[in-house]
Amino acid sequence: MILTPGTAAPDFTLPEAPGQMITLSKISSPVVLIFYPADWSPVCGDELSIFQAAGPLFEAHGAQLLGISVDGVWCHSAFKADRKLNFPLLADFNPRGETAKSYGVFRDDDGITERALFVLDQAHTITWSHLSPIGVNPGADGALRALEALS
Amino acid sequence: MSQSESRLSVPVSANDHAIGPENAALTVVEYGDYQCPYCGQAFPIVQALQRAFADSLRLVFRNLPLADMHPHAEQAAEIAEAVGLQGKFWEMHDLLYENQRDLEAKALLGYAKRAGANVDEVVAALESGEPRTRVQHDLEGAIRSGANGTPTFFVNGERYDGSWAYEPFADYLSTMLN
Repeated sequence: MILTPGTAAPDFTLPEAPGQMITLSKISSPVVLIFYPADWSPVCGDELSIFQAAGPLFEAHGAQLLGISVDGVWCHSAFKADRKLNFPLLADFNPRGETAKSYGVFRDDDGITERALFVLDQAHTITWSHLSPIGVNPGADGALRALEALS
Repeated sequence: MSQSESRLSVPVSANDHAIGPENAALTVVEYGDYQCPYCGQAFPIVQALQRAFADSLRLVFRNLPLADMHPHAEQAAEIAEAVGLQGKFWEMHDLLYENQRDLEAKALLGYAKRAGANVDEVVAALESGEPRTRVQHDLEGAIRSGANGTPTFFVNGERYDGSWAYEPFADYLSTMLN
């Protein structure tokens, strides 16, 4: 089951690039977690590009965007460069999907993550979460509204 | 899956670029990017839908340039708006999609001229910043409405998540009419 509002966001340390780790608890701002099934699939590409285009609207709330999938760091860096994304993509690669599992958004049958969004407040309590059908890109509107509701 | 929770956050108004009858049963809002290849593929499909649904369909175009991925998208969007200030928006919109492979600055001014605009006035409008403000306004509206890629279509205010290939899109519009 996907974690619901009011739950403390499970901490994680994941690489965003070879040798470069990001730890959730070291981020002192609201966070938007964007779980997506895989780099390169057309729907995911669009989803992340929309968050990229929406970047200034999220920055206005001091929020950090983090993309997460089970792809490895080399795959992420090629994908990020191709799509010109400037927020981190985290590799939930080893052990596979451990972070996704802790948020209740790992798919045991095919080994990828669900298409899910979480908004965490500054104390990293989940204030909003959303699970999309795997083939439907959710857009950034829900996460933006949830972030605006924080202030 | 064709409908979603996401709804158009900025209602269609007199400020929009709209083509087709104001009282049409179907209002299709397209959020598009002039450099996006999928929008380029959708362009002739949308034209075919306009022909097929004729008096029942009003088309509105708004800007959603994915500028980080498409380096000419923002500039193309701004120049279309600048040309639009001279009443030639749709001519320019069509020229941009017909010539998607060359959206360099010089080519853009050539299309503006072919669209029938006064190029000096287009340049002055671009410098005024008005087109940029409009494009930014469109983009923010797109995000707030739940646009989820380019192109994103809203049919009578609801995001359309189905395929925009001709047949499924036409079928959907037909069911909306009945």
